[in-house]
Amino acid sequence: MTAMLDFAAAFAAWCFVLAMILALFRLMIGPAAQDRVLAFDTLYINGMLTLLMLGIRSGSTVYFDMALLIALFGFVGTIALARFLLRGEVIEP
Amino acid sequence: MTELSLPGWVAVPAALLLIVAGLAAVIGAWGLVRMPDFFSRMHPPTMGTTLGCGGVLLTSMLIGAVLQRRLVVHELLIALFIVLSTPVAAMLLTRAATARIQARRKQ
Repeated sequence: MTAMLDFAAAFAAWCFVLAMILALFRLMIGPAAQDRVLAFDTLYINGMLTLLMLGIRSGSTVYFDMALLIALFGFVGTIALARFLLRGEVIEP
Repeated sequence: MTELSLPGWVAVPAALLLIVAGLAAVIGAWGLVRMPDFFSRMHPPTMGTTLGCGGVLLTSMLIGAVLQRRLVVHELLIALFIVLSTPVAAMLLTRAATARIQARRKQ
């Protein structure tokens, strides 16, 4: 049973890393600024999930606090970027 | 690894939840790369956000509760925050994209 859970944890962690790589690809090639902001949103969510996987695999509670902080500040960053896109376009077209 | 003493009725659902969460995150990110325009690109990453976060947080709660022999609820804080913040971010981003596209059309 433990080998199966170990394999599942490693599989999920590699899946989140692959999702981060794909989001980074969209972040680099994104044709418009809103595509890049969306890719950044996906990137920080997957980074938070990777940290939670590290927490599950190591049994420590330190990673939980880091994941909470990433969720908080990532949301603030996305909101700030979206407001900048909206207001910058409205004020100076 | 610390879960050497996990019984089978915890290990099987935890492994299934982790595999489903990883597959959902990868499919969401792959859809983010493959979709043709921005408004159809909005929705694949929400799959990784909801199903991926739900699976990982449920697994963390389950394993923590079994290992420490008490109720572990502080993962619900992250879940509540994600549930509250993701629709707000998506709505603001969609409004910004709509305004940008309309302003570009008007030129």
